[in-house]
Amino acid sequence: MATTWLRTSMTLTPSGARGMATLKDIETRLKSVKNIKKITSSMKMVSAAKFTRAEKALKPARVYGGGAAALYEKNEFSEGENKLYIAISSDRGLCGGIHSGLGRTFKALHAESPVKKAVVVGDKVKAILVKTMGDTYLSTFNNVGKKPSSFTDALDIAEEVLSHEFDSAEIAYNSFVNVVSYKPIIKPTPSAANIESNDAIFTYDEVDSEVIRCYQEFSLANIIFHALKEQEASEQSARMNAMENATRNAGEMIDKLQLQYNRTRQAVITRELIEIISGANALD
Amino acid sequence: MAFRSIVARSAALCRRAMATEASGNTFPLTFGSPYKAIYDNSNVKQVDLPSTTGHFGILPQHVPTIAILVPGTVSIHTESGEVEKYFVSSGTATIHADSSVQILAEEICAVADIDENAVRSGLEAAQSKLSSASNEADKAAAQIEVDVYQSMMAA
Repeated sequence: MATTWLRTSMTLTPSGARGMATLKDIETRLKSVKNIKKITSSMKMVSAAKFTRAEKALKPARVYGGGAAALYEKNEFSEGENKLYIAISSDRGLCGGIHSGLGRTFKALHAESPVKKAVVVGDKVKAILVKTMGDTYLSTFNNVGKKPSSFTDALDIAEEVLSHEFDSAEIAYNSFVNVVSYKPIIKPTPSAANIESNDAIFTYDEVDSEVIRCYQEFSLANIIFHALKEQEASEQSARMNAMENATRNAGEMIDKLQLQYNRTRQAVITRELIEIISGANALD
Repeated sequence: MAFRSIVARSAALCRRAMATEASGNTFPLTFGSPYKAIYDNSNVKQVDLPSTTGHFGILPQHVPTIAILVPGTVSIHTESGEVEKYFVSSGTATIHADSSVQILAEEICAVADIDENAVRSGLEAAQSKLSSASNEADKAAAQIEVDVYQSMMAA
């Protein structure tokens, strides 16, 4: 029973005059589409405001994260066998393919060389990947994306990551390119032990393992913070675009429905007139 | 919190390398906190900073090194010869072979913006917390607070 009901309500061509939808049906549909448009356009406004904020916060975070990653970029560190992946997304949807894009990157990666350890931030990517690599989750974080993430959030994630053993922590996130595009990237950061065993570190004067450990812990948090901010900006811009598209589509739909509504109304009036006229004729 | 261990160590004895004015040479500096970028690869003449191995000055062609910051004042000698002073709570400093320098701090505050009275009352509160702390973790946390406030006073 339920399925039949679903089918009729989806196609929405109930019996009416000449197989057309009745006026009432079109009116209801028109009203609901109008409401959807209102909702999507206000969601667009909200995410536009959030995006401006996220973009503003991204600027210093980029400098900061770039500074933290400079040591790893200016020197070659071996990636090591034991990789720990950190996937950064958020809890919230309705933002185009941003989460599934990251999920796809992971799936491709997993198919190539299986991911063994993963720390997942945000419910969306967690749900996407749980089927393929759910058993590799070391821990997951949620409640991401409601409010702009703080440095303390990054510290929490870094602390969790550091409680596991790894040679290299690979941080995967959507990097913000511009308002209409973002791209998923994976950034490797070596562990303290990995830095220490690498020849590159000997160019640096006066370093002992304590300094390296502190440095690595702090810069991991910095890079995670940067990743969170990149993710936030890309997500808000993606949501803004998704909602703008939805609003435009709803607008088009409203135009079409309005036309159909007017035509049907005209048809009803014409039919009534014919009925009246022919009735009057019959009396003569 | 492992990160707090960075802050936990009090400033070691000063091994101040009294840097003399560089001969017109500058190096690119990146200086920022998570929410504020003060310098982004812009050229400066000299930087003095507090680290776990003591205060030291950085001039162009400094030997590459990695340092952990302790609470204290970072002075930056800008290209135009002015000296800017900032208070930093903790963080890292990296000097690369190509002379570029990154200083990343958890919190940065211009010394001129520090409210002395607020610092004094904060220090008192922290000291009373330290004396009343019962377990090791609380004690360490309070000690850090005292350290930060004391170095703020000094700034």
